[in-house]
Amino acid sequence: MNNSLVVVLIASGVAYGTPILFAALGELLAERSGVLNLGVEGMMLVGAAMGFWAEQRVHIGSGAGALVLGLVVAAFSGAVMAAIHAFMVITLRANQIVSGLALTIFAGGLGLSSYLGTDLNIADVPASHTFHAFFPSSVQNWPVVGPIVFGQNPLVYFSWLCVIAVAYYLARTRPGLNVRSVGEAPGAADAMGIDVGKYRYVHTLVGGAFAGVGGATFSLAITPTWNAGDSLVQGAGWIAIALVIFAFWRAELCLVGAYFFGAMQALQPELQARNISLGPTELWSNSLPYVATVVVLVLVSWRGSARRLGAPAALGTPYAREEA
Amino acid sequence: MTVELRGITKRFPGVVANDGVDFEAAAGEVHALLGENGAGKSTLSHILSGLYRPEEGEIYLNGAPVTFQSPRDAIDAGVCMVHQHFRLVERFTVAENLILGDRRGAGRSFRLRPGAVVDQVRRLGERYRLPVDPRARIWQLSVGERQRVEILKALYEEARVLILDEPTAVLTPDESSTLFETLREIVAEGRTVIFISHKMHEVKAVSDRVTIMRAGRVVETVKTADASPQSLASLMIGRTLETVRRAREDAPKGGDAVLAVEGLWADSHRATTSLKGIELDVRAGEIVAVAGVAGNGQLELAEAIAGLRRPTRGTIRIGGRAVRAGDARAAYEAGLGYVPEDRLGTGVAPNLSLSMNVELKSYREDQAGPFLRLGRMRERAEHAIDRYQIKAPGPHAEAATLSGGNIQKVVLAREFAGKLKALIAASPTRGLDVSAVETVHKHLLEAAGRGVGVLLISEDLDEILALADRVVVMYEGRLTDAPRDDVEAIGVLMAGGDTSR
Repeated sequence: MNNSLVVVLIASGVAYGTPILFAALGELLAERSGVLNLGVEGMMLVGAAMGFWAEQRVHIGSGAGALVLGLVVAAFSGAVMAAIHAFMVITLRANQIVSGLALTIFAGGLGLSSYLGTDLNIADVPASHTFHAFFPSSVQNWPVVGPIVFGQNPLVYFSWLCVIAVAYYLARTRPGLNVRSVGEAPGAADAMGIDVGKYRYVHTLVGGAFAGVGGATFSLAITPTWNAGDSLVQGAGWIAIALVIFAFWRAELCLVGAYFFGAMQALQPELQARNISLGPTELWSNSLPYVATVVVLVLVSWRGSARRLGAPAALGTPYAREEA
Repeated sequence: MTVELRGITKRFPGVVANDGVDFEAAAGEVHALLGENGAGKSTLSHILSGLYRPEEGEIYLNGAPVTFQSPRDAIDAGVCMVHQHFRLVERFTVAENLILGDRRGAGRSFRLRPGAVVDQVRRLGERYRLPVDPRARIWQLSVGERQRVEILKALYEEARVLILDEPTAVLTPDESSTLFETLREIVAEGRTVIFISHKMHEVKAVSDRVTIMRAGRVVETVKTADASPQSLASLMIGRTLETVRRAREDAPKGGDAVLAVEGLWADSHRATTSLKGIELDVRAGEIVAVAGVAGNGQLELAEAIAGLRRPTRGTIRIGGRAVRAGDARAAYEAGLGYVPEDRLGTGVAPNLSLSMNVELKSYREDQAGPFLRLGRMRERAEHAIDRYQIKAPGPHAEAATLSGGNIQKVVLAREFAGKLKALIAASPTRGLDVSAVETVHKHLLEAAGRGVGVLLISEDLDEILALADRVVVMYEGRLTDAPRDDVEAIGVLMAGGDTSR
């Protein structure tokens, strides 16, 4: 039963969807504060490289310490990347789309992340420690829930905590209310004494940290190695951006969508392994996430439906008080 | 609480918005701040509410100097502002908007409990006649209700100084008088209300004292009881206001109809029937006013005639020529001018330059093949700036950067440029200050004097009485003739009554 296609697809969907989920949660926080950051792909790539480097170079007791340090470094480097974007769009009020794209190009597969990885000599060596499945194999062999729920690495469980935390934070706490007001109506937030710039900085940076962790999920758990170029992350950052829209800017729906896209990535190899042919499978299963993304974007831009779907009203617009 | 501002100066690039302003309002009074658009009233209120920081000058509350780094500082000191463009989060509930940024009340806990303030909002609403459902979302509320939320927000913050920036601009006359009662109650408790307006009769109705501002400076502070609307107006604009009035004998006797509407039916954008068999003639040189409460089909009538809305039935003749339905170009070429109600959205292309906007219709007449003659367009724009006294940095200024009155002048310059036979003016002076109103009225009269048939659609009875040769009232998609000078009869017809009984 645990080898049936559906169970395997869901289980690998959860595994492959986790980096997307981290990145989407981060993008969600930034966008809820009104900042659109298209630099997710770049931030993930830098996070993947720096996280891998930290984990390889540091020896503290067991592997767990090194892995956690790897995550922290990945989060920090993602936040540093996001700080560039934040400075451009919040302080200098640059166009958010241009700045985000520039960030991805600057930090991406042909830029900073490759340079860092090559310079730090971490290319093409296997990771000394990786995140492994957490529960004993007897539990992992339980029918259905075994592989799906208990067969995952600790990052998956951490991402669940993050989903709950983000959802609760946005819906039920006062800072969460403040962020939403900053993303919806910065003028109103400002008039009520909420520091619009501060909230946007903090959430853009935290968003970058999440993207960094998402990148490190690739290099420390899924394909525990690092190589130059963008093959490691493979567009997960772009999918994460579409996913935020797809999930109507809600954390819990990000989880569902991330696993759907994750399962799509696992579909083709699984079908091949089982000798099932559904036409040019590779073509359509590989392109499906992108096709879905395009469809979502078109639907959302259709006659201002974005607002109805839950897009923050001030998304993408800089805020300045003294513009007379 | 006593409020005092001393020597306030605030500069923006190219303008001195406030130039050494002294202002003082006492506890327990409604103090009106009167001035034309651009006189510096809003800037002053933004300084007092912590949104702007002045370059020079001090603020004193009850005699003690204060500095506000942000609106929050002002709120904490008891100064709250109700902005002209509401500062509300539309997707939030009323209660959520109230607890936003709360530092004192039930809304300050880390865990959100908007329910905790619901009862408090209800109580405040009852006490000050500001009924609002605390659980309703802002986007569900009418403009009047939203304003109540803004005032409630200030009362919830325990404001002792309440600043209202042109609060009546968005209200019906009924809602305005309720607001005035609320304001009286608020000051009766020793609070201070600063009421910003450019309308003399409101200032007369609600305030104890008036401070008049002009061009960034305070002109004078007077007791309202000692001032007449005329004296206030002349202080405000710095000269005596011309009364623009249409004389009876100016009305044309006979003549051909330049605009004739027969059996016109049309749907609104909500697909309900909003015009039900309109019959209307406007003769050359005549000003016909369509009175009525907004939303009774006025917009659809204007759009149908202008060719922006395809009628379901009926014919429209402009200058004696039947015009193809729903064809704005045909209407324009037949000699129709249209001054739309939505000045910034329909009247101009906000991001195009003034000269482009002036030439939006007439550029076709002398373009060279596919090319525009930019030089000639600029010349004509300069001419328009001159003739219509448009205050703008030059022909290259973007339309959106101009004030409402100047945007309207751009629209007039464009619509009056062609071989005009008939003109629709829909709420042409809404939201404009007195001198701009005066200019618009003068141009409308001048057009009628040149033999243009003017269809004036307006909710403002004073405007209608001043300009119209003939009045029709629109109610639920139908037109009824009304006696020209009988305000009461017009009022009855506007409310759907019948004067024949």
